[in-house]
Amino acid sequence: MKKLFCLVLALSMCLSLVACGGGSSSGNGGGGAASSGAASSGAASSGGSSASTPSGSQGGSTSTPSGGSGDTIKIGVFEPLTGDSASGGNKEFLGMQYARSITPTVEVGGVTYNVELVTADNGSTTDKAPSAAADLVGKGVSLVLGSYGSGVSMAGGPIFNDAGLSAIGVSCTNPNVTAGNDYYYRICFLDDFQAHALANYVQGELGAKTAYCLGELGNEYDQGLIAFFTQYFEAAGGKVVSASFPTNNSDFTTYLNQAKSEGADVIFIPNSISYITQILTQADSLGIEIPFLGSDTADDNMVLSAVAGTNVKLYLTTFYEEGGDPDFDEGFKAFLNSDPTLMSSNGGNDIIAAVSAMGYDAYNVAIEAIKAAGSTDPAAIKAAIGGVSVDGVSGSISFEPVNGDAVRDFAFIKTADTAAGQWSLVGKTTVE
Amino acid sequence: MQYVISILLSGISLGGQLALIAIGYTMVYGILRLINFAHGDLFMASGLMMIYISTWAPLYLAIPLVLVLAVVLGFTIERAAYKPLRQAPRMSVMISAIGVSYLLQNTATYITGGQPMTYPSIPFLYDTVNVAGNNVKWAVLLTPVLVIVLVFALTQLINHTKIGMAMRAVAKDFETSQLMGIKINNVISMTFIIGSFLAAVGSVLYFTNYQTVVPTSGAMPGLKSFVAAVFGGIGSIPGAVIGAFLIGICESIVKGLPAAWGLSVFSDAVTFAILIIILVVKPTGLFGERATDKV
Repeated sequence: MKKLFCLVLALSMCLSLVACGGGSSSGNGGGGAASSGAASSGAASSGGSSASTPSGSQGGSTSTPSGGSGDTIKIGVFEPLTGDSASGGNKEFLGMQYARSITPTVEVGGVTYNVELVTADNGSTTDKAPSAAADLVGKGVSLVLGSYGSGVSMAGGPIFNDAGLSAIGVSCTNPNVTAGNDYYYRICFLDDFQAHALANYVQGELGAKTAYCLGELGNEYDQGLIAFFTQYFEAAGGKVVSASFPTNNSDFTTYLNQAKSEGADVIFIPNSISYITQILTQADSLGIEIPFLGSDTADDNMVLSAVAGTNVKLYLTTFYEEGGDPDFDEGFKAFLNSDPTLMSSNGGNDIIAAVSAMGYDAYNVAIEAIKAAGSTDPAAIKAAIGGVSVDGVSGSISFEPVNGDAVRDFAFIKTADTAAGQWSLVGKTTVE
Repeated sequence: MQYVISILLSGISLGGQLALIAIGYTMVYGILRLINFAHGDLFMASGLMMIYISTWAPLYLAIPLVLVLAVVLGFTIERAAYKPLRQAPRMSVMISAIGVSYLLQNTATYITGGQPMTYPSIPFLYDTVNVAGNNVKWAVLLTPVLVIVLVFALTQLINHTKIGMAMRAVAKDFETSQLMGIKINNVISMTFIIGSFLAAVGSVLYFTNYQTVVPTSGAMPGLKSFVAAVFGGIGSIPGAVIGAFLIGICESIVKGLPAAWGLSVFSDAVTFAILIIILVVKPTGLFGERATDKV
């Protein structure tokens, strides 16, 4: 009897391990799938198929080719669907899913192809990103969209480059994503521009003299933005104090008190969403009244709900402001409200994140590139992509020829209206 | 001065939370000679349970329920993953503990989708109070007090009850105590129950302070508590508590050094450097002595 009990417990643990391996560690199917293979082959295969999307239902709604007739063209989605940046990655993916629901097919050489979005979860970490990228290459996608987060894009970039597969970065703003990588394009502005816009804004509008920058140790995105911000802020006569916290740090009170004792006029926090929410809630409990500056990552409704009802001041630069394209806003909200799983991926409400608009635009750029190429072949798409220009919801998009970066000359500056629990637009900024 | 006090307060609260986890490590080691790597993840799991339970239950129900469920989880882990390996080499049990740790982390990733979850704000604990010009949460001030009360209760339990006597006996000599008629399985289960209970209390205090729970939330506090337990001499409860406070304060001081020195990035490195130095200079830790009875 006791032996049986033990056996049942051990078996149930094994089985749950299989389920978890499939759900979490996509891409590197090795870990979970290999151990599950011994347990039962049936479970292993189900783990494998769900590996590309963590929540099964989400994958089902996107990757089902509609109808049996016609051919299928695969577009890879290289996004962090789990981990620190999961909130942003899922929202970006939602934009793509919405775009696909509007344009589900593409005409290539007289044949109508169904578009299938194939996801690979890069887990928000640079060690999982290369295997997720290789997973997409192996699945024979025609081009790739993503990723949210510059670090993972840089980690996956060489894989796409070697495979001759073009990738369109959606909201990865670090210059090194596209620099030196012929196959990486992007549709958003760069950190150089973003940091310049922020530095101008805080010095001009807020009259800040001293800035405290807090970045995650070893995160290219954080450190890159801080370097640019320091450059522009100091060039205009300001003083910058920088500190870095180790990954998985959860006590930010010391840093916040330090910022206070350094006499900072503004605290710059270009971090992942989970860190931003922690920093802001701890700042609230410490009663910090110094305004916070965020980058494009801070434009997320999880950040908004963290500061709702508090006295924290937050300003940020972003790609899109709700109300910029009423048709898109209306359609996207209806799309979110149609399905509770989509709603929960958006953080439980229908506030539109800028990255969703960017995801939508990226999908349309991809469709235009496929049309321009007149082929599903990655090489032909690569040849055509540089010449594509799209009038997207986040502004017109075209690529400059050197690095394949988008030609963007403006950013939105928003602030969190903590009393009403919503974003409010401060202005649209350009840098000369 | 205000800044110095704020650093000390951060350190003391961090130390207190680490102490509650470190006791679990040190007790299990004292009795089973096993480093229970899943302990940090149990701490994370109690945090997640609180988040899910508080969505449908009021907090005065949710907190006791989380404590009970954490104890049940700790008990189940021991029965399912460690008890069948009682006669196996110690290394096998340790590997099993690492497996349970990954199982808990991956289950959490599967349930939450890897998204950071926000811990509920517990009234009173979450309220702030002004200490020498610093706003701190009540949880911060209450942590060291609670740690001292719990440790006092625990020493009373170990020194003055029958089960405590059995624990000391098992810690001293596993096989002989078995021959003397002590039901070692009950004693070991009791150890896990106490350890899990303290980890759950620690999680309430910790996550009230730092409100985000991710599947890897338990990894770093777990590791640091382990360092604290080794620092204080693994197997010794007062040692673990003092070790945890020292590590918490040390870490806060390193983080709070002037930013211009650029040393704040080494806050974790300092914790582990302390571990290495302690192991080199005094391999048994501050209070660990080979001859004394563990626990």
